[in-house]
Amino acid sequence: MLQMFLRRLFLGAITVAIVSMIIFAGVEILPGDACTAFLEREAQGRVLENCREELDLNRPAVVRYLDWASDALRGDLGVSANGQRSIAEMVGARLQNSLLLAACALIVGVPTAIFLGVVSGLWRDRPVDLILSTGAIFAMTIPEFVSATVLILVFSVWLGWLPGIVLTSANAPASEFFPEIILPVVVLAMVMTAHILRTVRSSVIEVMNSDYVQMATLKGVPYWRIVFRHALPNALLPAINVVALTIAWLLGGVVVIEVVFNYPGLGRMMIDAISDRDLPVVQAIALIVATVYVGVNLTADLLTMVANPRLRTLYTRK
Amino acid sequence: MSLASIPQNSRLGRTLSVLRDVMSRPSGAVGLCLVVFHLILAVISPYIAPFDYRTMNAAMMLTGPDGVHFLGTDHLGRDVFSRTIQGGREAILVTGIATPIAVAWGGLVGIFFGLIGGRVDEVMMRFVDAFLSLPWILKMLVLIVTFGTGIEVLIPTLAFFYGIPVIRIARAATHDVVARDFVAAARARGHSRMTIMRKELLPNVLDALMVEGAMRWSWMLLAFSSLSFLGFGVSPPTPDWGLMIADARGFMSFAPWGVLGPVIALSTLIIGINLTADALAKALGIDRAQKAPV
Repeated sequence: MLQMFLRRLFLGAITVAIVSMIIFAGVEILPGDACTAFLEREAQGRVLENCREELDLNRPAVVRYLDWASDALRGDLGVSANGQRSIAEMVGARLQNSLLLAACALIVGVPTAIFLGVVSGLWRDRPVDLILSTGAIFAMTIPEFVSATVLILVFSVWLGWLPGIVLTSANAPASEFFPEIILPVVVLAMVMTAHILRTVRSSVIEVMNSDYVQMATLKGVPYWRIVFRHALPNALLPAINVVALTIAWLLGGVVVIEVVFNYPGLGRMMIDAISDRDLPVVQAIALIVATVYVGVNLTADLLTMVANPRLRTLYTRK
Repeated sequence: MSLASIPQNSRLGRTLSVLRDVMSRPSGAVGLCLVVFHLILAVISPYIAPFDYRTMNAAMMLTGPDGVHFLGTDHLGRDVFSRTIQGGREAILVTGIATPIAVAWGGLVGIFFGLIGGRVDEVMMRFVDAFLSLPWILKMLVLIVTFGTGIEVLIPTLAFFYGIPVIRIARAATHDVVARDFVAAARARGHSRMTIMRKELLPNVLDALMVEGAMRWSWMLLAFSSLSFLGFGVSPPTPDWGLMIADARGFMSFAPWGVLGPVIALSTLIIGINLTADALAKALGIDRAQKAPV
């Protein structure tokens, strides 16, 4: 078990290392560097040379990569190209805001999704299930900016119940984001719920059809006892992985939602950085998001392993 | 799907029977109709549009729907109906070319690594994982900001990035097949890797790839319209749903019709593709309920 755990951890670390190489190499390969982006038209001759000298861009890429990576390991993400501000400082507040948004969406979305998924799995092919399953397809396939626009139109413009845009500044405390945060959370939670619901539904159906549930039924165990004691603990296991993938998506893919609602999170900062060609900031954000993605998936794998004894041996044997 | 109902040795026959199966499911019938409707509309819309999508009219800005302008006019006095029915052309063209390319290259690479397996395969998968852990929008935007937003950039970019997850699907599907006896038999007969890939593996992985292709198409459309919405996709004045929604959002409080047209058009197309993919997966017997939201 411990060996499994260490192996997973090691693989995760390798993935993060490869990601950092891809990010660095990607930025290297693209035409232009921090200096050409910063100096723009004046980027030629002596000035360019001086700037490159100052930022140490003339050293070989491998050396700069190692420098960057070891700094990042110590939590120092460097300075931005134009603002000359510490990136760690810039990212901090934004990351907190994005985490707040993600946490709210999770708190709303996961219980709803599990409840609705179980309901639609237990009443498979009944009207409830058809409504929920169709609704899920709608919620997960319609682009976020479309559902966000529709929600703003209905709840903000027509009904006037909720603010349709976030005006709070990036460094404000979490409490000030209410009630502005409600609509973005609803949009996020909707997409998330749809994905988790579908997984829970299919695994509930699978487990309810399994031999051991049939056995329990034949033994005369009451229906709801079967559902809660025998079926659900097993049926909810696959949900862990989907929740993990949704968390990862929450942190990376909310970019569009943050732009729609003008929410001061990491995603909007990323768009701004890309538009400004502020490469150090882009690199840093990419690294953070990728690390969170790998970390969350790793946690989910380990949780699944801990929760399901069968998987432990299965993995070891393999 | 019962094998007995399939006419002997006919790819066309199998295609037809799968199609019949898809059409026999309510979701498949509705989905396929929506997709076909949008495809036809994309082809004929320039000929049936009542107005030129570029014609501006300063006297008719943000007017409501009436008999002449079915969906009103936008902030430049352009006919929203004409723009809406043509708003999918660019998106369908770009994603329609990029999807087959993505599925083809991702599928071949996936089958190849699934076949050779071993350490090379392990290392490759680490790279694929690493690539997938970066948000799509970051990868796409960096390339687009550097190289521009034309079709000639969007198609290869989409085809490249959306082919990477296909590698995983194809590899997993290959792993299920590669241990079977008929592959061992082909190896024993001394067939080359290429022959095994083409004759033994591809036909068995094709079903999974088809479903994956349908899903990729809808995700690509989503990505494409999101990029347009953010201002990194189609450049004005070309009509595009994402761009139209972005433009009309500012006037939503007093001219909501500008948003509704493209919202409905884009949603129906994407839902149509997904319903079709769902029905296709069921018809081919592939479970995609546990598919990751990547």
